Amino acid sequence: MIRLFLRDLALSVRAGGGFGLALAFFLIIVTLVPFSIGPDPQLLARIAPGVLWLGALLACLLSLDRLFALDFEDGTLDLLATAPLPLEGVVAAKSLAHWITTGLPLTVAAPLFGVLLGLPGEAAVWLVVSLALGTPALSFIGGFGAALTVGLKRGGLLLSLLVLPLYVPTLIFGAEAASRGLAGLNAATPLALLSGITLASLALLPFVSAAALRANLR
Amino acid sequence: MAELKVTDLGVGRGGLPLLRGLSFTLSPGQALMLRGANGIGKTTLLRTVAGLQRPEAGQVKVTDEALAFSGHSDGVKATMTVTENLSFWAAVFGQSGIEDALLDMDLLALAERPARDLSAGQRRRLGLARLLVTGRPIWLLDEPTVSLDVASATLFETVLSKHLGQGGSALISSHLNIKGMTDVLTLTPYRATIETLTDASLGLGDAW
Repeated sequence: MIRLFLRDLALSVRAGGGFGLALAFFLIIVTLVPFSIGPDPQLLARIAPGVLWLGALLACLLSLDRLFALDFEDGTLDLLATAPLPLEGVVAAKSLAHWITTGLPLTVAAPLFGVLLGLPGEAAVWLVVSLALGTPALSFIGGFGAALTVGLKRGGLLLSLLVLPLYVPTLIFGAEAASRGLAGLNAATPLALLSGITLASLALLPFVSAAALRANLR
Repeated sequence: MAELKVTDLGVGRGGLPLLRGLSFTLSPGQALMLRGANGIGKTTLLRTVAGLQRPEAGQVKVTDEALAFSGHSDGVKATMTVTENLSFWAAVFGQSGIEDALLDMDLLALAERPARDLSAGQRRRLGLARLLVTGRPIWLLDEPTVSLDVASATLFETVLSKHLGQGGSALISSHLNIKGMTDVLTLTPYRATIETLTDASLGLGDAW
């Protein structure tokens, strides 16, 4: 399982792996916002947490359709399903590797990108905390969507339609925690709820995703 | 030793029943060739035995952790080298040492080459080498000799007879002759007959 995790990390940083793609996409979205909204620093700072969260969510979505599709196409998934690894563990390892290569870089880069939107320093701390707690859920929920659509050619659009509504609770509490941090309010409640969503996703979704994969391999 | 026992098995694909009443036993040292027209259900049968699909009827009994499946695709990652690909699978199956497999499938010279630069035949050889690093006794092979040249096919025959000699067994779907493999299970719609019987334990149940 550790080997699978390391292999996925290695694959994602090699040619065509898509590492850095999410980060670049995130940067572009954040850069485009001032162009479309206008350069009013106060307005930008107010909407910054929401924009950054939305950007992180879309950037995360970008690489999800490759999560199982590549392994499905080259037959690796069949072989993994007949290997001594539990399929639940395969899903967990791959989702975790997805988070390390997309969610984690986004979290680390978010304060930097926040500067582009005039986000004050103390608010950036809350943004990073909310992203760190929330983005694992994005990878694991996305893994479920990817498992559902794995057999489909060009399943990317369907994947987005399936996964985006499931991202709503994470987005609400994540952006709320970051906005409260910006306004100097207590952000403990949304952060607790956000952690709850993430923990539940980590605990339950690998089983659901593995069941979906088994059905799709049939 | 690992034994594969199939009793009154019925398989189907996409809701379409393909084979019914299939019974056979594969004992250590035996190889059974599956023959039949395209679409008859060879691949479906192999996938069902591998546990990737549920049987529509009957059952497959097999010693735990004994099967190694090899499908049409080799599960090779293009951006990883031959060695990386092979040691990944060795680690997944809890085995160590891939040198023997590289040697047996004549891949030593290609060991550090990224898999994307392999020819189709070389990639298939890598896929077959993967079977060796699983350490599993029962091989399920779907068209193993596709894209192999004569020399590589001979290499595969040698590896296969060595595997059988060590008490392994194999269920092979192939429309080509593999030297030394005389047990043939010919699949026809809803029916199956064994053409050649070299061992009494390889029996076929009532087909309908």
